[in-house]
Amino acid sequence: MAASNGNGETQTKKYTAKDFASDQDVRWCPGCGDYSILAQVQRILPELDTPKEKHVFISGIGCSSRFPYYMNAYGVHGIHGRAPAIASGVKTANPDLTVWVASGDGDALSIGGNHLIHSLRRNIGLKILMFNNRIYGLTKGQYSPTSELGKKTKSTPFGTIDYPFNPVQIALGAEGTFVARCLDRDPKHLQQVLLRAARHKGTAFIEIYQNCNVFNDGAFLLLTEKDTKPDNVLYLEHAKPLVFGKENDKGVRVNGFKPEIVSLKDGKYTVSDLLVYDETSFEMATVLATFSDRAGFPTPIGVFFQTERKSYEEMMTEQIQAVTKKRGEGDLDKLLKSGNTWVVSAN
Amino acid sequence: MSKTIETLDDVVIRFAGDSGDGMQLTGTQFTNTTALVGNDLSTLPDYPAEIRAPAGTLFGVSSFQLHFSSWDILTPGDHPDVLVAMNPAALKVHLKDLKKGGVIVANIDSFDDKNLGLAGFEANPLKDDSLASYQVIEVPITKLTLNALQGSGLSQKEMVRCKNFFALGLMYWMYSRPLEPTEEWIKQKFGKEPPIADANGKALKAGYYYGESTEAFGARFEVKPAQLKPGLYRNITGNEAVALGVVAAAQKAKIPLYYASYPITPASEILHNLSGYKNYNVKTYQAEDEIAAAGAAVGAAYAGNLAVTGTSGPGAALKSETISLAIMLELPLVIVDVQRGGPSTGLPTKTEQSDLMFVIYGRHGEAPAVVIAASTPADCFHMAFEAARLAVKYMTPVYLLTDGYLGNGSEPWLVPAAKDLPEIPVHFRTDPENFHPYARNENNVRPWALPGTPGLEHRIGGLEKANITGNVSYDPDNHDFMVHLRAEKVKGIEKDIPLQEVYGEQSGDLLVVSWGGTFGSVRSTVERMRKNGYKISHAHLRYLNPFPRNLGDVLKKFKTIFVPEINLGQLAKLLKAEFFVPVVQFNKVRGLPIRSAELEQAIKDALGGVK
Repeated sequence: MAASNGNGETQTKKYTAKDFASDQDVRWCPGCGDYSILAQVQRILPELDTPKEKHVFISGIGCSSRFPYYMNAYGVHGIHGRAPAIASGVKTANPDLTVWVASGDGDALSIGGNHLIHSLRRNIGLKILMFNNRIYGLTKGQYSPTSELGKKTKSTPFGTIDYPFNPVQIALGAEGTFVARCLDRDPKHLQQVLLRAARHKGTAFIEIYQNCNVFNDGAFLLLTEKDTKPDNVLYLEHAKPLVFGKENDKGVRVNGFKPEIVSLKDGKYTVSDLLVYDETSFEMATVLATFSDRAGFPTPIGVFFQTERKSYEEMMTEQIQAVTKKRGEGDLDKLLKSGNTWVVSAN
Repeated sequence: MSKTIETLDDVVIRFAGDSGDGMQLTGTQFTNTTALVGNDLSTLPDYPAEIRAPAGTLFGVSSFQLHFSSWDILTPGDHPDVLVAMNPAALKVHLKDLKKGGVIVANIDSFDDKNLGLAGFEANPLKDDSLASYQVIEVPITKLTLNALQGSGLSQKEMVRCKNFFALGLMYWMYSRPLEPTEEWIKQKFGKEPPIADANGKALKAGYYYGESTEAFGARFEVKPAQLKPGLYRNITGNEAVALGVVAAAQKAKIPLYYASYPITPASEILHNLSGYKNYNVKTYQAEDEIAAAGAAVGAAYAGNLAVTGTSGPGAALKSETISLAIMLELPLVIVDVQRGGPSTGLPTKTEQSDLMFVIYGRHGEAPAVVIAASTPADCFHMAFEAARLAVKYMTPVYLLTDGYLGNGSEPWLVPAAKDLPEIPVHFRTDPENFHPYARNENNVRPWALPGTPGLEHRIGGLEKANITGNVSYDPDNHDFMVHLRAEKVKGIEKDIPLQEVYGEQSGDLLVVSWGGTFGSVRSTVERMRKNGYKISHAHLRYLNPFPRNLGDVLKKFKTIFVPEINLGQLAKLLKAEFFVPVVQFNKVRGLPIRSAELEQAIKDALGGVK
């Protein structure tokens, strides 16, 4: 069966999730949240009409970074923190490829923080999946830059004295053009966001809360368990009012600049008083991004922000085309003989 | 009244002034004009790391030395014949290098109490007899420039800034150079600011006519054109040559060039040059840091480009881990290290050869990389081309070592015709039949299989690979096998590089062995000593890892191996370790090229007074 991918290329085969699974045994710990992320990525790729050979998965170091080995696509398991740098080289060298980055909270935010913010700033067409389990797993249990203050870990037996930072705020601050947060245990939602990220031009950043059942089990329990999830998770949906709660009985309104959680039960407020989410609003995104750090506020899940901006590789191609048009295709002889030249004649 | 013109074989001029005085520009203009006249030449720019150090201070002095001749020269010269000193600090810093009896052209307008004090002169040296052993020509350069520019409509400050063109004009007169090339350049450079263009042109002419009309100058000189091989020449710096070399290589390989770099002195010009060549299938990427530049280059290599990253010592240190990855991935990558004084920030604008051990061994694990080194500014073109050829053919990182002297220094380059450059064959794997990412050809080289190729989907990475399949393998014997295989692959390149040549007799008492940017000073010293009857030979290495396969035999034919280096003996150590030969070292680490006279004395000492 043939399908077009919109670039005039024809995909000769309709894929299934299985087509994207490599022949390597998956070696994450049983019960790890990474399995779900892998499965959702494999599930959405057939929807994309992109030939299998055009997908490239680049990773750094850490549990998450084993991801490329399990994908039947092209892949590079790189070095710690540098996946966005390597991926930027791949994407700018060949913009025709769909380039994914699999990374973790240590890889992307600690050792690789610089590369992450600069790829976001440049808006290079990378799909960055940041698995956030708030712990170093592969090195067996030290705190990460997203571990909560005071957390006791192998390297902090008396509790951390490091303030964590908030990946969504970093991505927004770094001029990210697609910034989202997902849960490993909400596969349907994760699939939807992954699809949107894949189709986004420029850098797409998804923070995925991922449970490390060995070193930080239950870190996101409140957000994933049936009885606690409704009161603690706020799904962001574009053009919809911000409602949450077991009985859809709570909402978010703003009082001036200040967000408030209000009850829809006591008759004081109705849905029409609530903030209607606009994912193209940078201002709204920056306010909602703070919720996960505020006591008494639900954790927003979904697309915080999306905007259209020319990608780096588009501008790079355009600039090369413009210069080539103006100066003509480069002639090596002309280049070698340019500058300050003179002729020495035989005599 | 025109004066008699005396003919000289060669002249060394040094222009020196404040870093804001435009000495680099003046020197470059003199160089370009001299090239057009047909002299052979060699240059040595020397400038402070500070962009505008406080005026008048010793550390703010910037200089440009130029050696030009009617014969084939190899070095910018040890000792200038002429020193143009725009202020007392310039005189103070450079006087010790001037030849006894040499000429000092001093801008007396700047020899006031303040500047004399800043330079640390207790008395005005122009007024006492401290300069008695030199010919001092006092010229009120500032005043004469101001006079020439009266009515130009420029401010006093703007007029004063034209004084370097006055000095340049004066030197043009003194050495019988035409004004036109610089006049033409001024027109182009300042075309948008006609008053400035006009003023610089006027200052240039005023300097020239001052020489002609004043009695201050005893004589005028000329240096006849050198007998260079016929052909089209251009004056080229090492950094320009590297840029052209990698563009040429990419064109000959018929693949795009990808240059990823982070600005660093003295390598940034490579990035500047390449970023202007966008219509030559060149992509440049200014990364957020050195590591990212190396990472992006690895990514571009994976995607099928000729990937190059350029840097200097501190940046090379940062790239080290990524180069190890490229060695594990077995991807082609060219790393250019324009060496500078170290350690740490060291002497960013000065030259040194102290990264040799670092680029050969400075990686974690058993991580062999090819290392080659350019010997002159123009040779940077050929070695950059060669680095690319080896990288692509052997799917390996290749380090190209140049240095601050080669990078900024210049010489005439006989421009090759594009058609005479060899093709660089590149084969991208497309056939899925029996494809294995780590299968190997007769040279132990794995296939270059690009993402986007149907049917070749595969994963590579930094974890140890099983040979052939490329799957992750923790097997002890496989690791041992792969460590040996990677080493053998690089060692095997010795079959594909030229044999080591020896200048002079092929055996004897003393062989001088040098590498990299010291070629000029070493070869000219050996040449001169041979003319004076010393039976010595010279081997200059351009291939450092692997060494040329006959190097051991070459060394064993000499009683003494003499190794001069601008480091503490890094090549010397390698030769001792590899070939068990005793080595006499000569090490001067001043941030400047080796002085020929010092080298000659050291060689004589090593010979023990025997010719």
